[in-house]
Amino acid sequence: MDHPVSVSFVRLIILLPLIGAAINFLAGKWLQKNFGKMAISIVGCGVVILAFIIAVSGFFKMIALAPENRFMLDDLWTWFDVGGLNLHIAFWLDPLSMLMTLIVTGVGGLIHIYSIGYMHDDDGFWRFFGWLNLFTVMMLVLVLGDNMWLMFVGWEGVGLCSFALIGFWYKVLANSTAGNKAFIVNRVGDWAFVIALYSLYAALETVGHPTLVTREVAKYAPLLQGTTINFAGYHSAHQLVGFVTLLMFVGATAKSAQIPLYVWLPDAMAGPTPVSALIHAATMVTAGIYMVARLNFLFSMSPFTMAVIATVGGLTALFAATIGIAQNDIKKVLAYSTISQLGYMFAAVGVGAYAAGVFHLMTHAFFKACLFLGSGSVIHAMGGEQDMRKMGGLRHKMPITFITFLAATLAIAGVPPFAGFMSKDEIIWQAFAHGHTVVWAMLLMGAGITVFYMFRQVYMTFFGEFRGTHEQEHHLHESPPSMAYVLIVLGALSVVGGLVKIPEFIATFKPFEEFLEPVFSSPVTRQITEAGIHSHATEAAFGFITFTMVVIGWFIADMMYRQRRIDPARFSEMFGGVVYEWVLNKYYVDELYDRAVVQPYLLACRALAWFDSNIIDGVVNLSARITVVVSMISGLIDTYIVDGLVNFASNFTLDVGGRLRRLQTGSINGYLYGILAAVMLILLVRAVVRA
Amino acid sequence: MGGGITLDHFLVLSLIIFGLGLFTVLTRRNAIGILMGIELILNSANINYLAFAFYGGGKYDGQIFAIFVIMLAAAEAVIGLAVVLAIYQNFKTIDVDATETLSG
Repeated sequence: MDHPVSVSFVRLIILLPLIGAAINFLAGKWLQKNFGKMAISIVGCGVVILAFIIAVSGFFKMIALAPENRFMLDDLWTWFDVGGLNLHIAFWLDPLSMLMTLIVTGVGGLIHIYSIGYMHDDDGFWRFFGWLNLFTVMMLVLVLGDNMWLMFVGWEGVGLCSFALIGFWYKVLANSTAGNKAFIVNRVGDWAFVIALYSLYAALETVGHPTLVTREVAKYAPLLQGTTINFAGYHSAHQLVGFVTLLMFVGATAKSAQIPLYVWLPDAMAGPTPVSALIHAATMVTAGIYMVARLNFLFSMSPFTMAVIATVGGLTALFAATIGIAQNDIKKVLAYSTISQLGYMFAAVGVGAYAAGVFHLMTHAFFKACLFLGSGSVIHAMGGEQDMRKMGGLRHKMPITFITFLAATLAIAGVPPFAGFMSKDEIIWQAFAHGHTVVWAMLLMGAGITVFYMFRQVYMTFFGEFRGTHEQEHHLHESPPSMAYVLIVLGALSVVGGLVKIPEFIATFKPFEEFLEPVFSSPVTRQITEAGIHSHATEAAFGFITFTMVVIGWFIADMMYRQRRIDPARFSEMFGGVVYEWVLNKYYVDELYDRAVVQPYLLACRALAWFDSNIIDGVVNLSARITVVVSMISGLIDTYIVDGLVNFASNFTLDVGGRLRRLQTGSINGYLYGILAAVMLILLVRAVVRA
Repeated sequence: MGGGITLDHFLVLSLIIFGLGLFTVLTRRNAIGILMGIELILNSANINYLAFAFYGGGKYDGQIFAIFVIMLAAAEAVIGLAVVLAIYQNFKTIDVDATETLSG
């Protein structure tokens, strides 16, 4: 790790989508008008596919190196060098970021291709591809940045693109509101993340190594062992690393939609379906898991934060899954399923099974992208209808969508040997293996519920009789090739994508884990990882328990929604329907946040607005009015006193002059008599005075 | 000193000349007459100067003042005659009553 291989191809992976975004944003409208949407498609998809090809060639370069040397650095230029903090625009390619880059460009590229068909009738085609490209750039910056600030740039960038894409159909108020919600909720997390970075930097400065370059932080992080919180006179006995990692995790809960900041993700389904697939399932929401895995050397140092992550992950996995049961919107089910699956990933990294978490991240990207795109295909065919109660029997009309959707469902359900089985079973097992029994129980329950709601969805959508309008039935069709082929590829990946890491009780074949091993090789992480090793027999037993849950979930769903032997209403009417009401309304969490945060905030805003318009403006107006009155008085003084004095002086002079002029008679004799009289008077006065 | 003529004689002479001069100035309408009256007044003053100087202390200051007064009188006569000429050119007369148009 000390001597990374210097390369220069990584910049191309980021530069290509950036060029695509630039072309689409600057010339997209013109291109679309003059050369048609095909030109936009070629640019928008081409750059991502090229980036993927470069990433794949990079992957082969990487595996040609010895495992302990698989670190590549593409150092471009100094970003800023200020106060001891020297950060570069540099991209760091190690097995973890390699994997993420492949997912982002690979799955992302597929979704780009899918979008050609899905968005074909939209006038904002060029805008859509511009944002998709920019999103890819930002996600790659997040993944590949060699320092935490560059990572944060990507972190913010994906948030921005997410905002723009959720509100892509901005003419409907609900969509732009959903975009705002995502953006604002993410802001809460970003705030925590920024504070974490500042604190970490301050702490590293006190131990003499001011840096935020990730690999250097990894080197110096052990020095922080035992450092307590000490900021500008505030002391605390708590571990600083715990504080930093906890704040980072708060950032991750917003970005990766965990309790309590998950509320934006279901609303984010307002965006076009490819956006849901790309951003809110396969890539952006995994940023939190990626960040925890990337900074495993820090998180492993704080058992408290790890326990919090595992607990929050487990809770979210179970909580979101229960909400998924009652949703009728085809995309909302998948949204809650995404939150739930992200919970699994956090539970995995929280218990210390980083590789398992990242593994699930990858398989989830495959099958969830497939599910979302499949649902998009269904929505496309239904002419925009998203309510599953109006679907049914679609498997005959849309065989490709059905098969791929089923494959992805089997994968997410954890049916062997599909991808989800390999990863999810591993997570559930690791939770138990590391001694987190409660988390294990929650994940196990969640697994059963996942199977139930996923098969409920499949049965409601593809089985039974069609329940929509006659017009919709007539319109039903399989999606165009660009969409169908993508579904086939993703469906295939959902089937075989998990084979790179097979449970150890079946066979010792885990190239995935071995590939990532150098990333999780810091001593503290290794210590935690090794604590979870148990006998294969135990693992097999727990694998069987999980599988039993899967079968039970499937069985119940089958009875209720395919064979119709149990009426779902019997469950929904239990306890007087109160429980069902709660679940259907997502436990009223949105309402709670609305009452507890949004309304008080709006109230405070209104109070401040009132204060502004009445008190502040009142004071301002009062001062204005006072000024007017004072000016009037001053004007009166000016007119009557000052001007009066001046006029008086002149009038007086005129008056006196007018009177005195008569003395000047022009008669010289007269003057002389006057002089004589004056002299005589003076003499007289003198005589009198002297006497 | 000289034959019973005292300071008082000079002063009386001077007073008489002053009175004649003042009378001339006040009563004449002819501008040149007025100037002549002024000359008389100045000369009465000169007599006073010389008399006081002679009886006062024998110094020459009175005589010097007298010379200054003669010089001033000459200058005054010049300017006065010039004014009179100007008046004559404007009014075709040197009667000072004709110049009452200068009244305020």
